[in-house]
Amino acid sequence: MAIKDYLRERFFPHMWCPGCGHGTVLNGMLRAIENLALEKNDIVMVSGIGCSARITGYVDFHTLHTIHGRALAFATGVKMSRPDLNLIVPMGDGDALAIGGNHFIHAARRNIDITAIIMNNRIYGMTGGQFSPLTGYGKMATTAPYANIDHAFDTVSLAISAGATFVARTTTYHVKQLTDIIQKAIQHKGFSVVEVLTQCPTYFGRKNKEGGAVEMLENYKNSTTPVGSQAGQVNPDLIERGIFVEKQMPEYCSEYSKIIQKAVKRK
Amino acid sequence: MKNDIKFVQGNEACVEAALYAGLDFFAGYPITPSTEIAEHMAVRLPQIGGKFLQMEDEIASLCAIIGASLTGNKVMTATSGPGFSLMQEALGYAIMAEIPCVIVNVQRGGPSTGLPTHASQGDINQARWGTHGDHGIIALTASSHQDLFDITIEAFNLAETYRTPVLLMLDEIIGHMRERLFVPKPGKIPLVSRLKTSVKQGVDYHPYLPREDGRLPMSDFGGVHRYNVTGLFHDMWGFPTDNPQIVHGLLRHLLDKINNNVHLIAKYKEYFLEDATTILVSYGSSARSALHLVKNRRNRGERLGLLELQTLWPFPYGIIREKCAHARHVIVVEMNMGQIVREVKIAVEDPEKVFLANRIDGGFITPTDIRNIIRLIQGKGV
Ligand SMILES: Cc1ncc(C[n+]2csc(CCOP(=O)(O)OP(=O)(O)O)c2C)c(N)n1
Ligand code: SF4
Ligand SMILES: [Mg+2]
Repeated sequence: MAIKDYLRERFFPHMWCPGCGHGTVLNGMLRAIENLALEKNDIVMVSGIGCSARITGYVDFHTLHTIHGRALAFATGVKMSRPDLNLIVPMGDGDALAIGGNHFIHAARRNIDITAIIMNNRIYGMTGGQFSPLTGYGKMATTAPYANIDHAFDTVSLAISAGATFVARTTTYHVKQLTDIIQKAIQHKGFSVVEVLTQCPTYFGRKNKEGGAVEMLENYKNSTTPVGSQAGQVNPDLIERGIFVEKQMPEYCSEYSKIIQKAVKRK
Repeated sequence: MKNDIKFVQGNEACVEAALYAGLDFFAGYPITPSTEIAEHMAVRLPQIGGKFLQMEDEIASLCAIIGASLTGNKVMTATSGPGFSLMQEALGYAIMAEIPCVIVNVQRGGPSTGLPTHASQGDINQARWGTHGDHGIIALTASSHQDLFDITIEAFNLAETYRTPVLLMLDEIIGHMRERLFVPKPGKIPLVSRLKTSVKQGVDYHPYLPREDGRLPMSDFGGVHRYNVTGLFHDMWGFPTDNPQIVHGLLRHLLDKINNNVHLIAKYKEYFLEDATTILVSYGSSARSALHLVKNRRNRGERLGLLELQTLWPFPYGIIREKCAHARHVIVVEMNMGQIVREVKIAVEDPEKVFLANRIDGGFITPTDIRNIIRLIQGKGV
């Protein structure tokens, strides 16, 4: 199927700014789905609120655009009642780790078979450039006019310690890796987390003098390195990308079906 | 054969009724005095192949059941005041996206953590106006376990009929008290199942285009129709819009589908109203005391009657006006600072004849409490 067969063209043009990285994530996601030859009827995409969350409106799957931060809780309800469906949950950094941080760690802990894609632009895009839990110390935002004193989460370590069984990071510059990783994440049975560094030239870029989309992408190329690489060991300031964890653990819906078997027997 | 007469807590009666109504999915977070609902669900649901989830909080609980409802399940969550406060945003979402679900609030005293193990009916106005924005809402209650059984089933039926969340506003007394419950044979009480679309695969399905009667046939998530669901104002495809005409139409639809059907939704019970000069209006556990007093005073020849409301919202103004037309005094008995009395004053022609008999100290309002207040109102002294 061609990429455009996954889109709801009726609802275009999209609402993203020129140069926004969110469209690249959408593209990577659709290519991954195309490579896996998944049926459109078997995919449920759930999102919260944010520029990133608007992704659900544009794709021709079962789409649930919910409330800020709670997408994983809605997705948990869908998945538990229909374990046969593929659940993909694209989230903004604020959506996933500020207001939604609690749902994120608990979904990871349960190891429920959902793919969480964190579109990390280090800013609240939709509300106009306030700092997020991933903005980082010393960065500028409309609500950090004297520079941010909040430290950032490391999404990858957070996801790993919370119990996610597939954890990866990539960027909108590395589009081939983006597709490959999302593909593996969807195939993984258990809670999978993909952090995608994605540019918001409109707010993060402008506030932090990082230039436009092209410069920001260039920066993703220069400031990242494959996980475990020599370059990373020499220069710890480089951000590692790739797959950090991929392991098999009992999945939540499968575990619950065993509960049902037990309960039915004891009745 | 299993005995179908049980001696149970109200919370358990609520669980049995939900299962009778066809519940498939429950998610919740423990909180007194509703916890027994979650505990019984955890035992009973998997026995019939249903799903029970303990979520990380009440927000997640409501969100999870909304997701499950979209796949075609009958769903429920249960909580008490603090959890009910947390649920307000997701409640508005279910109203806006028109997702059937049942939310139980076994009320405790408030505000805040308040009185976890005591009786109160302080969340009645929160049920009406707790979530932001104009909206219609259905809220029900009951005063005995047998009624609670019927009303819980009614909650599921209304949720399906109107595609809306339905609130079941119980209180600590009803939730924890033990009483006899007769569980009718399956099929005895009519159940409303989900109205599914008849639109075939490949034909354009408009998830948010109401039929002429206002109802919205649904297609299950995971089924043959793919569509968008959002809490933003949306068009007939479920796609966000700020077109004034569509916004106006959707808001009217959300209000009218409930407010235009009060005559179908409103449930109440009446005792000795024909010749009553003093009418008590009450609901939930307070109505038990009110009824006790009414029966007692009737034996002594006093013309006292009781109108027990089982539907709190939409408020049955017409029924109140009609039933109370000839009463000299109308006394609303409730365990709060006067939440339903306000509506009763709006409903009747002469609001000056409406009084409040309340108790707000966490104690159960007794027949003697009510009688003393009536005597004061009637100028007889205590
Ligand atoms: C309960 C609630 N609080 C606040 C908001 C306002 N709000 C909308 S989107 C957003 C942040 C979006 O940032 P992020 O999740 O990083 O997504 P992005 O727009 O950057 O893609 C906020 C704070 C809201 N919609 N709901
Ligand atoms: S504000 Fe930022 S995140 Fe939002 S669409 Fe524009 S560039 Fe993208
Ligand atoms: Mg962001």
